[in-house]
Amino acid sequence: MTGVAGRAIGAALSRVEGREKVTGEARYAFEQPIEGVAYAAAVTATIAAGEIDAINPARALALPGVLAVISHDNAPQLGETADGELLLFQSDTVHYRGQIVAAVVAETLEAAREGADAVHIDYAPREHDVELRLDHPRYYKPEKVNPSFPTDTAQGDAEAAVGRAEVVVDETYATQPIHNNPMEPHASLALWEGAGLLLYDSIQGTWGARRTLAEVFDLPPERVRVVSQHVGGGFGCKGTPRPQSVLAAIAAKVVERPVRVALSRQQMFATVGYRTPTIQRVRLGATRDGRLTAIAHDAFEQTSTVREFAEQTTTPTRMMYAAPDRLTTHRLVALDVPTPSWMRAPGECPGMYALESAIDELAVACGIDPIELRIRNEPDLDPEKGIPFSSRNLVACLREGAERFGWADRDPTPGAREDGRWLIGTGVAASTYPVYRAPSTATARFEADGSVTVQIAAADIGTGARTVLTQIAADALGTDPAQVRLEIGDSDFGSAAIAGGSMGTASWGTAVVRACEALRAQGEGEATVNTRDEIKAQSELSRHAFGAQFVEVRVDADSGEIRVPRVLGVFGVGRVINPKTARSQFIGAMTQGLSMALQEESVMDREFGDYLNHDLAQYHVPVCADIEDIEAVWVDEDDGELNPMGSKGIGEIGIVGTAAAVANAVYHATGRRVRELPIRLDRILV
Amino acid sequence: MKAFAYERAGDAAAAVEAAAVDGATYLAGGTNLVDLMKLGVVEPQRLVDVSRLPHDGIEDTAGGGLRIGAAVRNADLAVHEAVIERYPVLSQALLAGASGQLRNLATVGGNLLQRTRCSYFQDVSKPCNKRRPGSGCPAREGDHRNLAILGHSEHCVATHPSDMAVALAAIGASVHVLGANGERTIPLPGLHRLPGDKPQHDTVLNRGDLITAVELGAPAPRSVYRKVRDRASFSFAVFSVAAIADVDDDGTIREARIALGGVAHVPWRAERAEAALRGAPATAASFAVAAAAELDPAQPLRDNAFKVPLARSVLVRTLAELCA
Repeated sequence: MTGVAGRAIGAALSRVEGREKVTGEARYAFEQPIEGVAYAAAVTATIAAGEIDAINPARALALPGVLAVISHDNAPQLGETADGELLLFQSDTVHYRGQIVAAVVAETLEAAREGADAVHIDYAPREHDVELRLDHPRYYKPEKVNPSFPTDTAQGDAEAAVGRAEVVVDETYATQPIHNNPMEPHASLALWEGAGLLLYDSIQGTWGARRTLAEVFDLPPERVRVVSQHVGGGFGCKGTPRPQSVLAAIAAKVVERPVRVALSRQQMFATVGYRTPTIQRVRLGATRDGRLTAIAHDAFEQTSTVREFAEQTTTPTRMMYAAPDRLTTHRLVALDVPTPSWMRAPGECPGMYALESAIDELAVACGIDPIELRIRNEPDLDPEKGIPFSSRNLVACLREGAERFGWADRDPTPGAREDGRWLIGTGVAASTYPVYRAPSTATARFEADGSVTVQIAAADIGTGARTVLTQIAADALGTDPAQVRLEIGDSDFGSAAIAGGSMGTASWGTAVVRACEALRAQGEGEATVNTRDEIKAQSELSRHAFGAQFVEVRVDADSGEIRVPRVLGVFGVGRVINPKTARSQFIGAMTQGLSMALQEESVMDREFGDYLNHDLAQYHVPVCADIEDIEAVWVDEDDGELNPMGSKGIGEIGIVGTAAAVANAVYHATGRRVRELPIRLDRILV
Repeated sequence: MKAFAYERAGDAAAAVEAAAVDGATYLAGGTNLVDLMKLGVVEPQRLVDVSRLPHDGIEDTAGGGLRIGAAVRNADLAVHEAVIERYPVLSQALLAGASGQLRNLATVGGNLLQRTRCSYFQDVSKPCNKRRPGSGCPAREGDHRNLAILGHSEHCVATHPSDMAVALAAIGASVHVLGANGERTIPLPGLHRLPGDKPQHDTVLNRGDLITAVELGAPAPRSVYRKVRDRASFSFAVFSVAAIADVDDDGTIREARIALGGVAHVPWRAERAEAALRGAPATAASFAVAAAAELDPAQPLRDNAFKVPLARSVLVRTLAELCA
């Protein structure tokens, strides 16, 4: 593969749009300065299952400023699309509490919200079923798991191999539902112009959104344009259009004016996805010297009755460690709950929590250091596919981390270190994330002043995408980043990968490099390149990033309160394009991992069937005081089988393994193995 | 949020007069009230802004105590020299509460009158006896991990959220109130009430009563506030203890004053524990007896039984460190 060389890649360039953002000049979807805008507010269901008997809009319509009340009684008929969550107002069925069942459009946001409160809805509720439990009678085997992995895999006979193993770990772990909660709530601004739709949206990919919205509104895709210049975080819950995207467009059609919609934080807990709770059984069989003979990992998860989402929880177990006999399964139950969806490292994140906890339990059972145990089970080939890894530096990450963290002096005895009322412990876990790349289109153009404009329908969701693409383009052109202007976030720029699956930089970067190379060869004008053929032609290798995370915890012996004075992540991720934005990505994800380990939990209200703690006062994420010494570093990794930059995606790997490292450290500190997240003080005290 | 009238009171008497009408309520820092208005939990027709009344002084009183104006900001009170010296428990409790930004706005009077953060109280789509009397209490069977273990009723299991009030309950403060019938003083504890069958009433105040000041009695230099919470900052107490001790040279406890937070509808004055400690040696055994005296009568709910051993061990440790 031809690589790109130069000085821009590898430099700690500050965000190119940083000034715009801190001065408030950066316009997010809701803020686009459009004249004559009306506002829509959603009315959400107050039952968890049943039918709408009647909707009475009279009181809302009588309020000053209210323009329309939209529901299944009067909404335009929509087309067909795979995501049923987008087919607003097409039926009287209520699938979950908080589902959008009507909307009020008004001259002002205040009038729209007041109108939404005034819409009266009679329901015919039926009994709801909202609780994921291991003994649920309605589990089924989905046809595939997200996005298209086999549901189950088996090599050899793992159950029999566990049965005859010298050392066995057989434990069940549970994770709670958690919500993505980006800072910017989902927002959309829709305009119908001519026969087409222009949607300013807070979204992680404009190109895919264009196609989906075209389906929803029964339009040819070229009559839909989606623009998303700045996005205040997404973590997956803006990966595809969400109901507010459609709501804005329906409302704009009904009132024949541009319409703005922003979801409230409370509404986000029902309508934009979340990480499914999981119950995971992990069985490990090993020899006394810690060599795995069998691995079995069974995941039980929920989905909704609107749309199937099957999280690929056990997929990392398929390739992580060597063992001849292997089994992974996923079972799903459709409950009367909001539809779960992508949240940072879907699959890897909850799956590796369970696997890496179990590996730690195996290390304890064998009396072997957990780093050494992992090294002993390092595979030569991808254990599932039997093909080589393009690069795999898990062992290097573990060793580098051990050195930096001071692991060598660690006494493995649990509950043996005190500092006043605090018990102290350390833990380690491995991280991994697949390396994906998707075809994209980029255009590079010489401007009159000799600078270059590069256009690609990339999305910068706060990650620094615009900045690293500027660096990549500069090196491909052999120029300075200041001579390059990136334009992103517009479906008119052509097909492009979404900012998801940690594949943005690799996918867009490949296209940017090829477009810039073509422009450079031309010496003038503009060049557009699509990377479909290049990506299709890549060799068959197992491509993954790896890492190791080290955590120190202090546990209050009286209260069970847990504090985390130290977190270290070491990653093998190919070539790091921008150490500044990369570090932010890593430590941001590690913080989110700590959050999952210790704080985040969406509490299902069994009586009413919704997530009860639906605001950031009740739903805890870390505050600055929770994060003390947190650092991320990376090992040298030269992998020529990735993309022209030699990079692996870094957006998600940082959240993978953190929770297990925390749980393993809590065990080391206290001798208590907590197998349910979050590890709150009450789970320590019981 | 519904439309409302707003007026700024010129003085305390004018404020009381303005607030005497139905649907009126006082606005001070607004850190809780405005949230509740946005959520539709409260829908006042008129806000009487008392944040700029001249109740912002902190003065010495004759007995070595302090008189603190109701409009003093939490952030200012926490770092006031006399508070740090004479009432460390109060300074610590204030700094344990909320966040820096909120403490910059929140006032002494408003802090005392915070509403519970029970999830059901804050969600108008669900029943709540405190918000809509007679509608029921889903928290009893629903989510109550962080609700009461002491003094609750079948009608309400909410907790009072304030840290400051717990310290004041231990110190033994008095709350100066101006009402339609003139001035009066309410002891603290005594301002807040247990839910009983009227959980809609958090306190003994009448409509239009305005807190003008809080007066602190004898200094409590040997005092401490310990707060247990789910994250390191910006989180309500799962449990908290304010403790003041007076220990003889021979190690006998002359007097201890203790209040608990995160366990009841009121800042819970631990009188049983205090009685057990009076005249007892300052030993681990005495502390354990005192903690048992207070917590044995606790009636935890299905999912908050952990608070009983938690309170016990933290109370014992806190007393041991305070009396050491």
